[in-house]
Amino acid sequence: MKRRNGPLFWVGMGLLSLVFIGPLLLVLLTAFKSQSESRTVPPTYFPSEPSLRAFDVLFFQDAASPVARWFLNSLMAATLQALLVLVVCSLAGYALARMEFRGKNVIFTVIILTLFLPGFIFLMPNFLILDKLGWLDQIWALVVPGAAGAFGVFFMRQFFMGMPKELEESARLDGAGPFRTWWSIVLPNAKPALVTLGVLSYLNNWNDFIWPIYVLFSPERLTLPAGLSRLQGAYSIDYPVVMAGAMLAAIPVLALYVFVQRYVIEGVASSGVKG
Amino acid sequence: MAVTTAQPTRPSSGAPPTPGGRRSRGARSGIHGSGWTPYLFLAPFLVLFITFVAVPALLGIWISLHDWDFLLPNKPFVGAQNYTDLIDSGAPQFQPFWNGMKATGIFVLISVPFLVTLPLLLAIVLNRKFPGRTFFRAVFFAPFVLGVAVVGLMWRYLLDPSFGMVNGLLGALGLPSDTAWTTEQPWAWISLAAVTIWWTIGFNAVIYLAGLADIPAEHYEAADIDGATAWQKLRYITIPGLRPVLIFIVVTTVLASANMFGQSYLITKGGPGDSTRTAIMEIADLGLSQYRMGQASAMSYVLAVCLALIALLNFWLLREKKS
Repeated sequence: MKRRNGPLFWVGMGLLSLVFIGPLLLVLLTAFKSQSESRTVPPTYFPSEPSLRAFDVLFFQDAASPVARWFLNSLMAATLQALLVLVVCSLAGYALARMEFRGKNVIFTVIILTLFLPGFIFLMPNFLILDKLGWLDQIWALVVPGAAGAFGVFFMRQFFMGMPKELEESARLDGAGPFRTWWSIVLPNAKPALVTLGVLSYLNNWNDFIWPIYVLFSPERLTLPAGLSRLQGAYSIDYPVVMAGAMLAAIPVLALYVFVQRYVIEGVASSGVKG
Repeated sequence: MAVTTAQPTRPSSGAPPTPGGRRSRGARSGIHGSGWTPYLFLAPFLVLFITFVAVPALLGIWISLHDWDFLLPNKPFVGAQNYTDLIDSGAPQFQPFWNGMKATGIFVLISVPFLVTLPLLLAIVLNRKFPGRTFFRAVFFAPFVLGVAVVGLMWRYLLDPSFGMVNGLLGALGLPSDTAWTTEQPWAWISLAAVTIWWTIGFNAVIYLAGLADIPAEHYEAADIDGATAWQKLRYITIPGLRPVLIFIVVTTVLASANMFGQSYLITKGGPGDSTRTAIMEIADLGLSQYRMGQASAMSYVLAVCLALIALLNFWLLREKKS
Protein backbone atom coordinates (compact mmCIF):
# COMPACT_ATOMS: atom_id res chain seq x y z
CA MET A 1 0.00 0.00 0.00
CA LYS A 2 2.88 2.36 0.67
CA ARG A 3 4.68 1.87 -2.65
CA ARG A 4 5.42 4.94 -4.74
CA ASN A 5 3.56 5.12 -8.03
CA GLY A 6 6.06 4.98 -10.88
CA PRO A 7 5.77 6.39 -14.40
CA LEU A 8 4.14 3.14 -15.58
CA PHE A 9 1.29 3.74 -13.16
CA TRP A 10 0.63 7.20 -14.58
CA VAL A 11 0.83 5.97 -18.19
CA GLY A 12 -1.68 3.30 -17.27
CA MET A 13 -4.04 5.77 -15.63
CA GLY A 14 -3.71 8.10 -18.64
CA LEU A 15 -4.53 5.34 -21.12
CA LEU A 16 -7.44 4.15 -19.01
CA SER A 17 -8.85 7.69 -18.81
CA LEU A 18 -8.57 7.90 -22.58
CA VAL A 19 -10.65 4.72 -22.89
CA PHE A 20 -13.46 6.40 -20.95
CA ILE A 21 -13.24 9.94 -22.32
CA GLY A 22 -11.90 9.27 -25.85
CA PRO A 23 -15.10 7.76 -27.31
CA LEU A 24 -17.10 10.77 -26.12
CA LEU A 25 -14.62 13.16 -27.76
CA LEU A 26 -14.63 11.19 -31.04
CA VAL A 27 -18.41 11.34 -31.10
CA LEU A 28 -18.42 15.06 -30.34
CA LEU A 29 -15.96 15.66 -33.21
CA THR A 30 -18.12 13.58 -35.56
CA ALA A 31 -21.02 15.96 -34.94
CA PHE A 32 -19.05 18.65 -36.81
CA LYS A 33 -18.35 16.52 -39.90
CA SER A 34 -20.14 16.33 -43.22
CA GLN A 35 -22.21 13.22 -43.82
CA SER A 36 -19.71 11.89 -46.36
CA GLU A 37 -16.74 12.47 -44.07
CA SER A 38 -18.48 10.49 -41.32
CA ARG A 39 -18.33 7.46 -43.59
CA THR A 40 -14.79 7.56 -44.94
CA VAL A 41 -12.52 4.50 -44.72
CA PRO A 42 -10.21 4.79 -42.90
CA PRO A 43 -12.08 7.21 -40.66
CA THR A 44 -10.82 10.69 -39.90
CA TYR A 45 -10.74 11.77 -36.27
CA PHE A 46 -10.78 15.56 -36.64
CA PRO A 47 -13.30 17.06 -39.07
CA SER A 48 -11.42 18.32 -42.14
CA GLU A 49 -13.96 21.10 -42.69
CA PRO A 50 -15.78 21.62 -39.39
CA SER A 51 -19.38 22.71 -39.92
CA LEU A 52 -22.55 23.19 -37.92
CA ARG A 53 -24.63 21.47 -40.58
CA ALA A 54 -25.62 18.60 -38.26
CA PHE A 55 -26.96 21.02 -35.65
CA ASP A 56 -28.77 22.99 -38.34
CA VAL A 57 -30.48 19.81 -39.56
CA LEU A 58 -31.18 18.72 -36.00
CA PHE A 59 -32.89 21.94 -34.96
CA PHE A 60 -34.29 23.57 -38.07
CA GLN A 61 -34.55 21.28 -41.09
CA ASP A 62 -36.95 18.55 -40.12
CA ALA A 63 -40.40 19.37 -38.78
CA ALA A 64 -41.07 15.68 -38.06
CA SER A 65 -38.19 15.60 -35.57
CA PRO A 66 -38.63 18.63 -33.27
CA VAL A 67 -35.43 18.14 -31.32
CA ALA A 68 -35.76 21.35 -29.32
CA ARG A 69 -39.18 20.13 -28.18
CA TRP A 70 -37.73 16.76 -27.16
CA PHE A 71 -35.08 18.55 -25.17
CA LEU A 72 -37.71 20.61 -23.34
CA ASN A 73 -39.89 17.53 -22.78
CA SER A 74 -36.96 15.70 -21.20
CA LEU A 75 -36.13 18.71 -19.06
CA MET A 76 -39.73 19.10 -17.88
CA ALA A 77 -40.27 15.41 -17.13
CA ALA A 78 -37.00 15.00 -15.24
CA THR A 79 -37.50 18.18 -13.22
CA LEU A 80 -41.10 17.38 -12.31
CA GLN A 81 -40.25 13.84 -11.33
CA ALA A 82 -37.30 14.88 -9.18
CA LEU A 83 -39.53 17.39 -7.35
CA LEU A 84 -42.32 14.87 -6.92
CA VAL A 85 -39.91 12.26 -5.56
CA LEU A 86 -38.41 14.75 -3.11
CA VAL A 87 -41.75 15.87 -1.68
CA VAL A 88 -43.36 12.45 -1.50
CA CYS A 89 -40.33 10.52 -0.24
CA SER A 90 -39.21 13.05 2.35
CA LEU A 91 -42.75 13.14 3.80
CA ALA A 92 -43.10 9.36 3.91
CA GLY A 93 -39.50 8.79 4.97
CA TYR A 94 -39.95 11.22 7.86
CA ALA A 95 -43.08 9.46 9.09
CA LEU A 96 -41.32 6.08 8.93
CA ALA A 97 -38.24 7.40 10.71
CA ARG A 98 -39.76 9.47 13.49
CA MET A 99 -43.39 8.58 14.12
CA GLU A 100 -45.09 5.65 15.78
CA PHE A 101 -48.36 4.46 14.34
CA ARG A 102 -50.40 1.34 13.73
CA GLY A 103 -49.29 -0.63 10.69
CA LYS A 104 -45.90 1.05 10.46
CA ASN A 105 -43.91 -2.16 10.26
CA VAL A 106 -46.27 -3.75 7.77
CA ILE A 107 -46.17 -0.70 5.51
CA PHE A 108 -42.40 -0.45 5.67
CA THR A 109 -41.90 -4.17 5.02
CA VAL A 110 -44.21 -4.14 2.00
CA ILE A 111 -42.41 -1.09 0.55
CA ILE A 112 -38.99 -2.71 1.02
CA LEU A 113 -40.14 -6.02 -0.48
CA THR A 114 -41.07 -4.27 -3.72
CA LEU A 115 -37.43 -3.15 -4.05
CA PHE A 116 -36.78 -6.72 -5.16
CA LEU A 117 -39.42 -6.79 -7.90
CA PRO A 118 -37.88 -6.43 -11.36
CA GLY A 119 -39.09 -3.39 -13.30
CA PHE A 120 -40.20 -5.30 -16.38
CA ILE A 121 -43.19 -6.96 -14.69
CA PHE A 122 -44.73 -3.47 -14.42
CA LEU A 123 -44.55 -2.72 -18.15
CA MET A 124 -47.91 -4.15 -19.18
CA PRO A 125 -50.02 -3.35 -16.08
CA ASN A 126 -48.73 0.23 -15.78
CA PHE A 127 -49.41 0.76 -19.47
CA LEU A 128 -53.04 -0.26 -18.82
CA ILE A 129 -53.31 1.96 -15.74
CA LEU A 130 -51.97 4.94 -17.68
CA ASP A 131 -54.50 4.16 -20.40
CA LYS A 132 -57.32 4.18 -17.83
CA LEU A 133 -56.07 7.51 -16.46
CA GLY A 134 -55.83 8.95 -19.97
CA TRP A 135 -52.11 9.59 -19.46
CA LEU A 136 -50.68 7.64 -22.41
CA ASP A 137 -48.72 9.97 -24.70
CA GLN A 138 -48.75 12.58 -21.90
CA ILE A 139 -45.88 13.93 -19.84
CA TRP A 140 -47.55 12.45 -16.72
CA ALA A 141 -46.76 8.98 -18.05
CA LEU A 142 -43.09 9.87 -17.62
CA VAL A 143 -43.37 11.75 -14.33
CA VAL A 144 -45.73 9.93 -12.00
CA PRO A 145 -45.32 6.12 -12.14
CA GLY A 146 -41.54 6.27 -11.69
CA ALA A 147 -41.91 8.48 -8.61
CA ALA A 148 -43.46 5.64 -6.61
CA GLY A 149 -40.23 3.73 -6.13
CA ALA A 150 -39.25 2.29 -2.77
CA PHE A 151 -35.64 3.44 -3.00
CA GLY A 152 -36.37 7.11 -2.30
CA VAL A 153 -38.42 6.40 0.80
CA PHE A 154 -35.83 4.00 2.14
CA PHE A 155 -33.02 6.48 1.41
CA MET A 156 -34.78 9.39 3.15
CA ARG A 157 -35.79 7.25 6.13
CA GLN A 158 -32.19 6.15 6.63
CA PHE A 159 -31.02 9.75 6.53
CA PHE A 160 -33.68 11.01 8.96
CA MET A 161 -32.94 8.20 11.40
CA GLY A 162 -29.34 9.36 11.55
CA MET A 163 -30.31 12.98 12.28
CA PRO A 164 -30.15 14.23 15.89
CA LYS A 165 -33.61 14.71 17.36
CA GLU A 166 -32.81 17.76 19.49
CA LEU A 167 -33.68 20.40 16.87
CA GLU A 168 -37.06 18.85 16.20
CA GLU A 169 -37.78 18.59 19.92
CA SER A 170 -37.01 22.24 20.55
CA ALA A 171 -39.21 23.19 17.58
CA ARG A 172 -41.99 21.16 19.13
CA LEU A 173 -41.51 22.86 22.49
CA ASP A 174 -41.81 26.17 20.64
CA GLY A 175 -45.25 25.03 19.51
CA ALA A 176 -44.50 24.02 15.92
CA GLY A 177 -46.75 21.29 14.51
CA PRO A 178 -45.33 18.30 12.64
CA PHE A 179 -45.66 19.88 9.18
CA ARG A 180 -44.03 23.11 10.31
CA THR A 181 -41.22 21.09 11.92
CA TRP A 182 -40.78 18.98 8.78
CA TRP A 183 -40.73 21.99 6.48
CA SER A 184 -38.68 24.50 8.43
CA ILE A 185 -36.43 22.34 10.61
CA VAL A 186 -36.06 18.87 9.09
CA LEU A 187 -35.81 19.65 5.37
CA PRO A 188 -33.19 22.43 5.67
CA ASN A 189 -31.03 20.00 7.64
CA ALA A 190 -31.51 17.24 5.07
CA LYS A 191 -30.01 19.17 2.17
CA PRO A 192 -27.25 16.67 1.28
CA ALA A 193 -29.72 13.78 1.15
CA LEU A 194 -32.23 15.84 -0.84
CA VAL A 195 -29.59 16.88 -3.38
CA THR A 196 -28.42 13.28 -3.78
CA LEU A 197 -31.91 11.85 -4.19
CA GLY A 198 -32.98 14.70 -6.46
CA VAL A 199 -29.98 14.31 -8.75
CA LEU A 200 -30.31 10.51 -8.91
CA SER A 201 -34.03 10.81 -9.79
CA TYR A 202 -33.24 13.47 -12.36
CA LEU A 203 -30.57 11.34 -14.05
CA ASN A 204 -32.80 8.27 -14.00
CA ASN A 205 -35.65 10.07 -15.64
CA TRP A 206 -33.53 11.94 -18.18
CA ASN A 207 -31.90 8.69 -19.27
CA ASP A 208 -34.94 6.42 -19.21
CA PHE A 209 -35.37 4.61 -22.51
CA ILE A 210 -37.65 1.57 -22.53
CA TRP A 211 -40.62 3.35 -20.93
CA PRO A 212 -40.81 6.51 -23.11
CA ILE A 213 -40.38 4.58 -26.37
CA TYR A 214 -43.54 2.60 -25.60
CA VAL A 215 -45.83 5.07 -23.79
CA LEU A 216 -45.26 8.08 -26.08
CA PHE A 217 -46.52 8.17 -29.66
CA SER A 218 -46.73 11.72 -31.03
CA PRO A 219 -43.44 13.10 -32.42
CA GLU A 220 -43.84 16.34 -30.47
CA ARG A 221 -44.30 14.50 -27.15
CA LEU A 222 -41.13 12.40 -27.24
CA THR A 223 -38.19 12.73 -24.87
CA LEU A 224 -34.70 13.15 -26.22
CA PRO A 225 -33.64 9.48 -25.87
CA ALA A 226 -36.87 8.21 -27.41
CA GLY A 227 -36.69 10.75 -30.23
CA LEU A 228 -33.04 10.07 -30.99
CA SER A 229 -33.66 6.36 -31.43
CA ARG A 230 -36.29 7.24 -34.08
CA LEU A 231 -33.91 9.68 -35.73
CA GLN A 232 -31.73 6.72 -36.49
CA GLY A 233 -34.44 5.40 -38.78
CA ALA A 234 -35.56 8.72 -40.18
CA TYR A 235 -32.28 9.68 -41.84
CA SER A 236 -30.97 6.35 -43.12
CA ILE A 237 -28.41 7.22 -40.50
CA ASP A 238 -26.94 10.65 -41.08
CA TYR A 239 -24.37 9.97 -38.40
CA PRO A 240 -23.21 13.54 -37.70
CA VAL A 241 -26.86 14.45 -36.98
CA VAL A 242 -27.40 11.42 -34.73
CA MET A 243 -24.11 12.08 -32.91
CA ALA A 244 -25.02 15.76 -32.47
CA GLY A 245 -28.30 14.60 -30.95
CA ALA A 246 -26.52 12.13 -28.67
CA MET A 247 -24.23 14.92 -27.46
CA LEU A 248 -27.26 17.12 -26.85
CA ALA A 249 -28.57 14.40 -24.52
CA ALA A 250 -25.16 13.77 -22.96
CA ILE A 251 -23.84 17.25 -22.26
CA PRO A 252 -26.50 18.41 -19.76
CA VAL A 253 -26.06 15.33 -17.58
CA LEU A 254 -22.28 15.44 -17.86
CA ALA A 255 -22.35 19.13 -16.87
CA LEU A 256 -24.65 18.38 -13.94
CA TYR A 257 -22.33 15.52 -13.02
CA VAL A 258 -19.29 17.80 -12.96
CA PHE A 259 -20.98 20.03 -10.38
CA VAL A 260 -22.52 17.37 -8.16
CA GLN A 261 -20.33 14.31 -8.79
CA ARG A 262 -19.63 13.98 -5.08
CA TYR A 263 -23.35 13.59 -4.34
CA VAL A 264 -23.88 11.16 -7.22
CA ILE A 265 -20.95 8.95 -6.30
CA GLU A 266 -21.71 9.01 -2.58
CA GLY A 267 -25.37 8.24 -3.29
CA VAL A 268 -24.35 5.21 -5.33
CA ALA A 269 -21.78 4.11 -2.76
CA SER A 270 -24.31 4.27 0.07
CA SER A 271 -26.81 2.21 -1.93
CA GLY A 272 -24.36 -0.69 -1.84
CA VAL A 273 -23.19 -0.49 1.72
CA LYS A 274 -26.59 0.00 3.27
CA GLY A 275 -28.47 -2.21 0.85
CA MET B 1 -49.05 23.04 2.26
CA ALA B 2 -52.77 23.36 2.74
CA VAL B 3 -52.84 20.50 5.19
CA THR B 4 -52.04 21.30 8.76
CA THR B 5 -52.06 18.93 11.64
CA ALA B 6 -55.49 17.73 12.73
CA GLN B 7 -54.58 17.53 16.39
CA PRO B 8 -51.74 19.90 17.12
CA THR B 9 -49.28 18.24 19.41
CA ARG B 10 -49.02 20.64 22.29
CA PRO B 11 -45.74 21.21 24.03
CA SER B 12 -46.03 19.25 27.23
CA SER B 13 -45.38 22.31 29.35
CA GLY B 14 -46.00 20.45 32.58
CA ALA B 15 -43.35 17.80 32.08
CA PRO B 16 -39.85 18.99 32.93
CA PRO B 17 -36.98 17.49 30.99
CA THR B 18 -35.60 14.46 32.70
CA PRO B 19 -32.37 14.96 34.64
CA GLY B 20 -29.23 15.10 32.57
CA GLY B 21 -31.05 16.62 29.62
CA ARG B 22 -32.08 13.23 28.28
CA ARG B 23 -35.11 12.85 26.08
CA SER B 24 -38.57 13.53 27.42
CA ARG B 25 -41.16 10.80 27.48
CA GLY B 26 -42.77 11.69 24.16
CA ALA B 27 -39.56 11.26 22.25
CA ARG B 28 -39.39 7.56 22.87
CA SER B 29 -42.48 6.94 20.82
CA GLY B 30 -41.31 9.30 18.09
CA ILE B 31 -41.37 13.07 17.87
CA HIS B 32 -45.00 13.33 16.89
CA GLY B 33 -47.07 10.80 18.69
CA SER B 34 -50.60 10.18 17.68
CA GLY B 35 -53.61 10.69 15.52
CA TRP B 36 -53.75 11.00 11.79
CA THR B 37 -50.50 12.91 11.32
CA PRO B 38 -48.32 9.92 10.29
CA TYR B 39 -50.90 8.81 7.77
CA LEU B 40 -51.08 12.30 6.28
CA PHE B 41 -47.30 12.25 5.82
CA LEU B 42 -47.48 8.84 4.18
CA ALA B 43 -50.56 9.48 2.06
CA PRO B 44 -48.98 11.06 -1.06
CA PHE B 45 -46.42 8.27 -1.35
CA LEU B 46 -48.92 5.54 -0.61
CA VAL B 47 -51.34 6.79 -3.26
CA LEU B 48 -48.58 6.54 -5.88
CA PHE B 49 -47.24 3.30 -4.46
CA ILE B 50 -50.62 1.58 -4.48
CA THR B 51 -51.52 2.85 -7.96
CA PHE B 52 -48.22 2.17 -9.73
CA VAL B 53 -46.53 -0.58 -7.72
CA ALA B 54 -48.87 -2.65 -5.55
CA VAL B 55 -51.89 -2.82 -7.89
CA PRO B 56 -49.81 -3.40 -11.06
CA ALA B 57 -47.84 -6.24 -9.45
CA LEU B 58 -51.13 -8.08 -8.94
CA LEU B 59 -52.83 -6.80 -12.10
CA GLY B 60 -49.96 -8.31 -14.11
CA ILE B 61 -50.85 -11.78 -12.82
CA TRP B 62 -54.52 -11.17 -13.65
CA ILE B 63 -53.58 -10.09 -17.20
CA SER B 64 -51.41 -13.16 -17.64
CA LEU B 65 -54.42 -15.40 -17.01
CA HIS B 66 -56.32 -13.89 -19.94
CA ASP B 67 -55.98 -13.77 -23.68
CA TRP B 68 -55.46 -10.04 -23.21
CA ASP B 69 -55.18 -8.22 -26.51
CA PHE B 70 -55.13 -4.50 -25.72
CA LEU B 71 -56.85 -3.63 -29.00
CA LEU B 72 -59.71 -6.15 -28.75
CA PRO B 73 -62.79 -5.62 -26.56
CA ASN B 74 -62.92 -9.27 -25.46
CA LYS B 75 -60.23 -10.51 -23.15
CA PRO B 76 -61.29 -14.09 -22.41
CA PHE B 77 -60.03 -15.90 -19.32
CA VAL B 78 -57.68 -18.70 -20.34
CA GLY B 79 -56.37 -19.91 -16.98
CA ALA B 80 -52.74 -20.97 -17.09
CA GLN B 81 -52.62 -21.36 -20.85
CA ASN B 82 -50.26 -18.43 -21.39
CA TYR B 83 -47.86 -20.22 -19.06
CA THR B 84 -48.30 -23.72 -20.46
CA ASP B 85 -47.77 -22.31 -23.99
CA LEU B 86 -44.27 -21.38 -22.91
CA ILE B 87 -43.40 -25.05 -22.34
CA ASP B 88 -45.35 -26.36 -25.34
CA SER B 89 -43.00 -26.49 -28.32
CA GLY B 90 -45.99 -26.38 -30.67
CA ALA B 91 -47.22 -23.00 -29.38
CA PRO B 92 -46.26 -19.91 -31.41
CA GLN B 93 -44.68 -18.15 -28.42
CA PHE B 94 -42.44 -21.05 -27.48
CA GLN B 95 -39.60 -20.42 -29.89
CA PRO B 96 -39.31 -16.59 -29.55
CA PHE B 97 -39.55 -16.77 -25.76
CA TRP B 98 -36.83 -19.36 -25.31
CA ASN B 99 -34.70 -17.64 -27.93
CA GLY B 100 -34.97 -14.49 -25.80
CA MET B 101 -34.24 -16.40 -22.59
CA LYS B 102 -31.20 -17.96 -24.24
CA ALA B 103 -29.93 -14.56 -25.41
CA THR B 104 -30.43 -13.10 -21.93
CA GLY B 105 -28.67 -16.10 -20.40
CA ILE B 106 -25.70 -15.76 -22.75
CA PHE B 107 -25.39 -12.06 -22.01
CA VAL B 108 -25.49 -12.66 -18.25
CA LEU B 109 -22.86 -15.39 -18.51
CA ILE B 110 -20.41 -13.39 -20.62
CA SER B 111 -20.89 -9.96 -19.00
CA VAL B 112 -21.22 -10.67 -15.27
CA PRO B 113 -17.75 -12.19 -14.68
CA PHE B 114 -16.13 -9.05 -16.14
CA LEU B 115 -18.59 -6.68 -14.47
CA VAL B 116 -17.74 -8.23 -11.10
CA THR B 117 -13.94 -8.54 -11.45
CA LEU B 118 -12.81 -5.53 -13.52
CA PRO B 119 -14.48 -2.96 -11.23
CA LEU B 120 -12.81 -4.69 -8.25
CA LEU B 121 -9.38 -4.25 -9.87
CA LEU B 122 -10.22 -0.64 -10.66
CA ALA B 123 -11.37 -0.06 -7.09
CA ILE B 124 -8.19 -1.59 -5.67
CA VAL B 125 -6.12 0.77 -7.84
CA LEU B 126 -8.25 3.76 -6.87
CA ASN B 127 -8.02 2.81 -3.21
CA ARG B 128 -4.27 3.61 -3.21
CA LYS B 129 -3.30 7.07 -2.07
CA PHE B 130 -2.19 9.21 -4.99
CA PRO B 131 -2.81 12.76 -6.15
CA GLY B 132 -5.77 13.08 -8.50
CA ARG B 133 -7.48 10.02 -7.07
CA THR B 134 -10.95 11.62 -6.90
CA PHE B 135 -10.46 13.04 -10.40
CA PHE B 136 -9.78 9.60 -11.88
CA ARG B 137 -12.67 8.14 -9.92
CA ALA B 138 -14.94 10.78 -11.44
CA VAL B 139 -13.59 10.08 -14.96
CA PHE B 140 -14.14 6.32 -14.74
CA PHE B 141 -17.64 6.83 -13.36
CA ALA B 142 -18.62 9.43 -15.98
CA PRO B 143 -20.09 7.09 -18.66
CA PHE B 144 -22.56 5.76 -16.10
CA VAL B 145 -24.41 9.07 -15.93
CA LEU B 146 -25.21 8.76 -19.65
CA GLY B 147 -28.39 7.06 -20.73
CA VAL B 148 -28.46 3.84 -22.70
CA ALA B 149 -29.73 5.79 -25.72
CA VAL B 150 -26.59 7.93 -25.87
CA VAL B 151 -24.33 4.96 -25.16
CA GLY B 152 -26.08 2.76 -27.73
CA LEU B 153 -26.12 5.34 -30.51
CA MET B 154 -22.51 6.39 -30.06
CA TRP B 155 -21.15 2.83 -29.97
CA ARG B 156 -23.26 1.79 -32.92
CA TYR B 157 -21.33 4.38 -34.90
CA LEU B 158 -17.93 3.70 -33.36
CA LEU B 159 -18.32 -0.07 -33.88
CA ASP B 160 -19.61 0.15 -37.45
CA PRO B 161 -17.90 -2.72 -39.32
CA SER B 162 -16.91 -0.66 -42.37
CA PHE B 163 -16.26 2.95 -41.33
CA GLY B 164 -16.31 2.72 -37.51
CA MET B 165 -13.43 4.20 -35.55
CA VAL B 166 -12.80 1.04 -33.52
CA ASN B 167 -11.85 -0.79 -36.71
CA GLY B 168 -10.07 2.37 -37.90
CA LEU B 169 -7.87 2.46 -34.79
CA LEU B 170 -7.17 -1.27 -35.00
CA GLY B 171 -6.12 -0.81 -38.64
CA ALA B 172 -3.84 2.08 -37.70
CA LEU B 173 -2.13 -0.24 -35.21
CA GLY B 174 -1.63 -2.85 -37.94
CA LEU B 175 -4.34 -5.15 -36.60
CA PRO B 176 -7.25 -6.61 -38.61
CA SER B 177 -9.63 -3.74 -39.37
CA ASP B 178 -12.57 -5.62 -40.85
CA THR B 179 -14.11 -7.23 -37.76
CA ALA B 180 -17.91 -7.32 -38.05
CA TRP B 181 -18.48 -6.00 -34.53
CA THR B 182 -22.23 -5.58 -34.80
CA THR B 183 -23.26 -7.96 -37.55
CA GLU B 184 -21.60 -11.31 -36.86
CA GLN B 185 -21.26 -13.61 -33.89
CA PRO B 186 -19.42 -13.92 -31.58
CA TRP B 187 -18.40 -10.29 -32.20
CA ALA B 188 -21.89 -8.96 -31.53
CA TRP B 189 -21.92 -10.48 -28.03
CA ILE B 190 -18.39 -9.27 -27.37
CA SER B 191 -19.38 -5.75 -28.46
CA LEU B 192 -22.50 -5.68 -26.28
CA ALA B 193 -20.60 -6.94 -23.25
CA ALA B 194 -17.70 -4.52 -23.82
CA VAL B 195 -20.01 -1.53 -24.24
CA THR B 196 -21.86 -2.50 -21.06
CA ILE B 197 -18.56 -2.76 -19.18
CA TRP B 198 -17.46 0.66 -20.48
CA TRP B 199 -20.81 2.12 -19.46
CA THR B 200 -21.21 0.64 -15.95
CA ILE B 201 -17.72 -0.24 -14.64
CA GLY B 202 -17.61 2.92 -12.52
CA PHE B 203 -20.86 2.06 -10.76
CA ASN B 204 -19.62 -1.25 -9.33
CA ALA B 205 -16.16 0.24 -8.71
CA VAL B 206 -17.64 2.98 -6.50
CA ILE B 207 -19.55 0.40 -4.47
CA TYR B 208 -16.39 -1.69 -4.05
CA LEU B 209 -14.48 1.44 -3.01
CA ALA B 210 -16.97 2.10 -0.22
CA GLY B 211 -16.48 -1.50 0.90
CA LEU B 212 -12.67 -1.29 0.74
CA ALA B 213 -12.72 1.81 2.93
CA ASP B 214 -14.26 -0.33 5.70
CA ILE B 215 -11.40 -2.86 5.77
CA PRO B 216 -9.01 -1.86 8.58
CA ALA B 217 -5.57 -0.84 7.32
CA GLU B 218 -3.97 -2.79 10.20
CA HIS B 219 -4.90 -6.06 8.51
CA TYR B 220 -2.74 -5.15 5.55
CA GLU B 221 0.06 -3.89 7.76
CA ALA B 222 0.07 -7.15 9.69
CA ALA B 223 0.14 -9.08 6.42
CA ASP B 224 3.06 -6.97 5.20
CA ILE B 225 5.00 -7.81 8.37
CA ASP B 226 4.29 -11.50 7.71
CA GLY B 227 5.60 -11.05 4.16
CA ALA B 228 2.33 -11.77 2.38
CA THR B 229 2.23 -11.40 -1.42
CA ALA B 230 -0.24 -9.11 -3.17
CA TRP B 231 -2.27 -12.14 -4.24
CA GLN B 232 -2.39 -13.53 -0.70
CA LYS B 233 -3.59 -10.16 0.61
CA LEU B 234 -6.32 -10.08 -2.05
CA ARG B 235 -7.35 -13.65 -1.34
CA TYR B 236 -7.26 -13.62 2.47
CA ILE B 237 -7.99 -10.00 3.44
CA THR B 238 -9.66 -8.05 0.65
CA ILE B 239 -12.14 -10.61 -0.66
CA PRO B 240 -13.32 -11.90 2.74
CA GLY B 241 -13.60 -8.30 3.95
CA LEU B 242 -15.72 -7.44 0.95
CA ARG B 243 -18.06 -10.41 1.25
CA PRO B 244 -21.32 -8.46 1.90
CA VAL B 245 -20.43 -5.97 -0.85
CA LEU B 246 -19.50 -8.80 -3.19
CA ILE B 247 -22.86 -10.52 -2.64
CA PHE B 248 -24.63 -7.23 -3.32
CA ILE B 249 -22.62 -6.68 -6.51
CA VAL B 250 -23.10 -10.20 -7.87
CA VAL B 251 -26.84 -10.20 -7.22
CA THR B 252 -27.51 -6.71 -8.61
CA THR B 253 -25.20 -7.18 -11.61
CA VAL B 254 -26.90 -10.43 -12.62
CA LEU B 255 -30.25 -8.64 -12.41
CA ALA B 256 -28.98 -5.64 -14.38
CA SER B 257 -27.52 -7.82 -17.13
CA ALA B 258 -30.70 -9.87 -17.28
CA ASN B 259 -32.56 -6.58 -17.87
CA MET B 260 -30.45 -5.80 -20.93
CA PHE B 261 -32.56 -4.09 -23.55
CA GLY B 262 -31.27 -0.79 -24.93
CA GLN B 263 -27.83 -1.98 -25.98
CA SER B 264 -29.09 -4.67 -28.35
CA TYR B 265 -32.12 -2.58 -29.36
CA LEU B 266 -29.78 0.17 -30.61
CA ILE B 267 -26.44 -1.48 -31.43
CA THR B 268 -27.31 -4.85 -32.96
CA LYS B 269 -31.09 -4.45 -33.35
CA GLY B 270 -31.42 -7.96 -31.96
CA GLY B 271 -29.21 -9.35 -34.70
CA PRO B 272 -27.46 -11.00 -36.38
CA GLY B 273 -30.65 -13.00 -36.96
CA ASP B 274 -32.45 -13.04 -33.60
CA SER B 275 -29.32 -13.95 -31.68
CA THR B 276 -29.13 -10.84 -29.45
CA ARG B 277 -32.88 -10.39 -29.09
CA THR B 278 -33.12 -10.61 -25.29
CA ALA B 279 -36.09 -11.74 -23.21
CA ILE B 280 -36.90 -8.12 -22.29
CA MET B 281 -36.92 -7.15 -25.97
CA GLU B 282 -39.27 -10.02 -26.70
CA ILE B 283 -41.58 -9.12 -23.78
CA ALA B 284 -41.67 -5.39 -24.55
CA ASP B 285 -42.22 -5.94 -28.26
CA LEU B 286 -44.94 -8.55 -27.77
CA GLY B 287 -46.72 -6.66 -24.98
CA LEU B 288 -46.30 -3.03 -25.93
CA SER B 289 -45.93 -3.07 -29.74
CA GLN B 290 -48.10 -6.04 -30.70
CA TYR B 291 -50.27 -5.53 -27.58
CA ARG B 292 -50.44 -9.28 -26.83
CA MET B 293 -50.33 -8.41 -23.15
CA GLY B 294 -51.52 -11.69 -21.66
CA GLN B 295 -48.71 -13.67 -23.20
CA ALA B 296 -46.14 -10.96 -22.53
CA SER B 297 -47.17 -10.75 -18.86
CA ALA B 298 -46.87 -14.51 -18.45
CA MET B 299 -43.38 -14.31 -19.92
CA SER B 300 -42.43 -11.47 -17.59
CA TYR B 301 -43.47 -13.48 -14.53
CA VAL B 302 -41.61 -16.58 -15.69
CA LEU B 303 -38.50 -14.46 -16.22
CA ALA B 304 -38.99 -12.80 -12.81
CA VAL B 305 -39.24 -16.19 -11.07
CA CYS B 306 -36.10 -17.40 -12.86
CA LEU B 307 -34.22 -14.29 -11.74
CA ALA B 308 -35.45 -14.70 -8.16
CA LEU B 309 -34.19 -18.29 -8.13
CA ILE B 310 -30.81 -17.19 -9.49
CA ALA B 311 -30.58 -14.45 -6.86
CA LEU B 312 -31.30 -17.01 -4.11
CA LEU B 313 -28.72 -19.35 -5.60
CA ASN B 314 -26.15 -16.53 -5.54
CA PHE B 315 -26.92 -15.76 -1.90
CA TRP B 316 -26.52 -19.42 -1.09
CA LEU B 317 -23.26 -19.86 -3.01
CA LEU B 318 -21.72 -16.72 -1.51
CA ARG B 319 -22.93 -17.28 2.06
CA GLU B 320 -20.44 -17.31 4.90
CA LYS B 321 -19.12 -20.85 5.04
CA LYS B 322 -18.85 -22.05 8.59
CA SER B 323 -16.06 -24.52 9.09
